Amino acid sequence: MRDALSLLRKSPWSARFGLFIVFAYVFMAVFGPLLTPYGESEIVGFEYEPWGPEFLLGTDNLGRDMLTRLIYGARNTIGIAFITTVLAFLIGCVAGFLAAVLGGWTEQAISRFNDILMAIPQLIFALLILTIVGTSVPVLVVVIAVLDSTRVYRLARAVAMNIVVMDYVEVARLRGEGLWWIMRSEVLPNALPPLVAEFGLRFCFVFLLLSALSFLGLGIQPPTADWGSMVRDNATLITFGDFTPILPAASIALLTIGVNFIVDWLLHKTSGLKDG
Amino acid sequence: MTHILIMVAQRLALGLLTLFAVSLIIFLGVELLPGDITQAILGQGATPETVAAFRRELKLDLPPHERYIAWLGGIVQGDLGQSLANKREITELMGVRLQNTLFLAFIAAVISIPLALGLGILAALYRNSLYDRAVNVFTLSSISFPEFFVAYILILVFAVHLGWFPSISNIGHELGFWERVYRTIMPALTLTLVVVAHMMRMTRAAIINLLASPYIEMATLKGLPRSRIIVRHALPNALAPIINVVVINLAYLIVGVVIVEVVFVYPGLGQLLIDAVRTRDIPVVQATGLVFAAAYILLNLSADVLSIMTNPRLLHPR
Repeated sequence: MRDALSLLRKSPWSARFGLFIVFAYVFMAVFGPLLTPYGESEIVGFEYEPWGPEFLLGTDNLGRDMLTRLIYGARNTIGIAFITTVLAFLIGCVAGFLAAVLGGWTEQAISRFNDILMAIPQLIFALLILTIVGTSVPVLVVVIAVLDSTRVYRLARAVAMNIVVMDYVEVARLRGEGLWWIMRSEVLPNALPPLVAEFGLRFCFVFLLLSALSFLGLGIQPPTADWGSMVRDNATLITFGDFTPILPAASIALLTIGVNFIVDWLLHKTSGLKDG
Repeated sequence: MTHILIMVAQRLALGLLTLFAVSLIIFLGVELLPGDITQAILGQGATPETVAAFRRELKLDLPPHERYIAWLGGIVQGDLGQSLANKREITELMGVRLQNTLFLAFIAAVISIPLALGLGILAALYRNSLYDRAVNVFTLSSISFPEFFVAYILILVFAVHLGWFPSISNIGHELGFWERVYRTIMPALTLTLVVVAHMMRMTRAAIINLLASPYIEMATLKGLPRSRIIVRHALPNALAPIINVVVINLAYLIVGVVIVEVVFVYPGLGQLLIDAVRTRDIPVVQATGLVFAAAYILLNLSADVLSIMTNPRLLHPR
């Protein structure tokens, strides 16, 4: 605990700013229902009401409170992006460690398959699959997780390759430890630092991809509050010079900036670079 | 020289193989995924007759490998099939839109590449200065922005408040070249802001990486000015990674247009793809998806080839 505090004291302002943003968002996501004056999809007024004491940020295209939906959006958008990223890491790390530990044709097969998946632009691939299976949250999570796990796989394999040649892994093999044990107890702990930084980056990508899909009307479906679709639904207001519809997009941008600042700091620390 | 040709040929072959595999995935996606596509589209209440008719229309009654060969054969001959929604030829639907998308990507590239290289070289030149740090924070932020955020901010500022540019870019062939450029500026600017950051950071990193090498130290000791060292000595050697990142970003431009086109109602390929996804017009989705994937793969391939060709160590083997 003291280590963490002293680390924090030495951190640059950008990383502190990032940490602050992330904590604020998590707080909003967890305590959303307590903070909001109205229900998530409750129609409380007329369409497009201006800012005022009753509706702090006005109402949306169906007369729902903007602020309420913005706060619920944190819960849905961040929650789904987080679950997706975790799933992507599960798939990517297991495949990557397997490839590194087993080597040989297993590695070749997984790597070549991975190359092909990576050759297709993610958004296009996601759109293709969503056309066929239709949009629902579980489908969305699985599709994006699988697409994103290709990037995780690359890193996980590269990191694990450097670990499996170490003597202690050799010892574990000779001791007769199983594949799973080697992956979990020898490779994983030593591969953790770069993977943690990567987790932040991947989360940003997933978050942006999800928002993009929602913005296109193909992601999280109404009436669930979600930042991408909120921008889309209220976009007409922008042509009247009102920036309320940009607020959900700004919320997305702010969170990704925060995470990026933290990752930048982590990478800086782990790489030991002073500048560059 | 010959081993470079061999390497290039290898990459080309690999690229073609990838393209083939991608076409297979795009086509067989319909097959491999669970659930019956006809029911998903027609709904649960469809009568067996309509389902059968629909399957015949999609040629789903033929075995998959026959359909795949027919589909691929058609594409090679320039026949992409018909749209399910309006029965028009897909090549006809895509023709002008493909041109529009390429036009947009071209304008964005013309703005962004010189800008990114210039900013990157300046950042390397004035490393750790206030300018460098400001650029660093700015680029880190702009990487984090969703495209539609950038797009709507531009609309709010330039279209609504200042009134300089239209917020909707409806371009057509009847317009003159400059009018088309004028209407394309806003989406192009959005794309520029999205890609410049990455290219700039890589340019800066590539140059700074070289600054520690002995020959640069030699040039410094000779008393050459810093700007000359960077432009004449460091830049040529940093060219390979820079070209690489530029081409990768071009590939990104081709794909990134999807969202930007939707925001600005720009009549391009991305818009077509999204409309097709919404109406679940599978042949159109497959065709546009394939075109996008092919452009992406080809550009990534040329990035590979270019970085081999500009690598001095490979060009002048000992």
